[in-house]
Amino acid sequence: MSTDHAGTAASGLKSVTIVGASLAGHASARALRAQGFDGRITMIGDEVHRPYDRPPLSKEFLTGRATLEDLALEADDEQLDVEWILGTRALSLDCPERLVTLSTGQSVRSDAVMIATGSVARRFDRMIDGVHTLRTVEDAVALRADLVPGARLVVAGSGFIGLEVASAARALGVDVTVLGSSQWPLSRTFGDTVAATVQRLQESRGVRVRNNVIVDAVLGTDRVTGVRLSTGEQIDADVVVLGIGSRPAVGWLGESGLDVRAGVVCDEFGATAAPGILAVGDCAAWFDPIRGRAHRIEHWTDSRDRPSISVARLLSGRTPRQGLRPSYLWSDQCGSRIQFAGRLLGGEELTIEAGGVETGDLLMVYRRGGNPVAAVGFNQTRLMAQWRKSLTVSAASVSPPATVPVAEPLSQPFGA
Amino acid sequence: MRICSLADLAPGVALRVDTVSPPIAVFHTEDGEVFAVDDTCTHQDASLTDGWLEGCEVECPLHASRFDLRTGRVDAPPAKRGIRTHAVTITDGDVHVLISAAEPNLPPGVSY
Repeated sequence: MSTDHAGTAASGLKSVTIVGASLAGHASARALRAQGFDGRITMIGDEVHRPYDRPPLSKEFLTGRATLEDLALEADDEQLDVEWILGTRALSLDCPERLVTLSTGQSVRSDAVMIATGSVARRFDRMIDGVHTLRTVEDAVALRADLVPGARLVVAGSGFIGLEVASAARALGVDVTVLGSSQWPLSRTFGDTVAATVQRLQESRGVRVRNNVIVDAVLGTDRVTGVRLSTGEQIDADVVVLGIGSRPAVGWLGESGLDVRAGVVCDEFGATAAPGILAVGDCAAWFDPIRGRAHRIEHWTDSRDRPSISVARLLSGRTPRQGLRPSYLWSDQCGSRIQFAGRLLGGEELTIEAGGVETGDLLMVYRRGGNPVAAVGFNQTRLMAQWRKSLTVSAASVSPPATVPVAEPLSQPFGA
Repeated sequence: MRICSLADLAPGVALRVDTVSPPIAVFHTEDGEVFAVDDTCTHQDASLTDGWLEGCEVECPLHASRFDLRTGRVDAPPAKRGIRTHAVTITDGDVHVLISAAEPNLPPGVSY
């Protein structure tokens, strides 16, 4: 039987609960139906909204060019036949019983549970007025209200969220300073050479970027007045955005017995050590055959695409033979479209393949041992599509190490 | 309308035609079939001609939604609506396209 049509009859599964109603949760429901599962799907989400797309929250939604309706992930003609429990938090998971207990006091028991609770933005202890994180549509609405022309914004963190917010804020006429702890903005992601290009791009739009600084505290009593650096230096601000990373939303799994030290630890297909319990999306740390350990990938495309692998694993009990594409991410900032594809372990060699640093149409390729492993482009959409294609082909030829543990296939339906 | 000679469109290659509005994309697949669809992704302003052709599907170069060239259907978010398909005929070695009478599904903020 092919894994594409391993439906309810083959797996013995009658019900699946998906905890988390964002990109990975929605993709899980779609994959279940696409692969022939016709049992009950219960979708639990802590936000009141049906699944929506988060990347625009720091871009066109923040500047007011997109509405919440534009962000909906569900298509008009989508018939997922899902039981929605929204605006409700999951408090705990009993793995042997596959029982999810909710903040409302009710609980949901099912044959399988897919954990898709995502991640939460890191915060400071003092989140006074004017201090923001950006994760939800409500966060974006609150931040937009503070981004008035002439306001002084300080962004703590020079990662994707921080830089995209900086870009959107400049477009709204706000004075922006980015304070990053790394050598250059995004240098931990791209390496110094490419990151220096990112900095020039931000500065070309009037963003002040400072590197190698640590924001220690926000200042102000009722409302923020600035931030203090680890050196003691104070910087005035009317608005502060914290873009200082995220942590997996796994607090509710503390008593579950699952390994959640670095996200929910899974095999290569998203299955945890507990039968019938899988994890996908930002909260999941899948075994990575190249790194040789569980690794959390927090990229949009992985959250969208990996659930179909987990669902195939769940429905067939076998490990689907489908290679994962190299990670892909994009970032729109300061009028430039940055795209990245591949996998970096550090120490790769970089070469310019097209365009140039000065012309804003740079395409660089990272090589390890002479083989291309990743590419990054600035306004190089067409070439990047070609590089993604060739990187996928080369990734498929990488054989995993012989020591990869393969989870036991399910010999009988869950709960049997 | 005549687009080009089939000999000028190698397998695996796409051609953007912007003499019509909205522009269309003509794809010659590796299997030797020729398809014509609207060139603009329904999610955001991106040219599918710049995308990734694999079998009978093209993947948008921006956010990786895939469109089936035979039906115009989209496989996954962020795009939620399919693209128009246009009838293709090959006559005397030339590619001809009959533009669909259906309304195009253009992304928000894009008009032709």
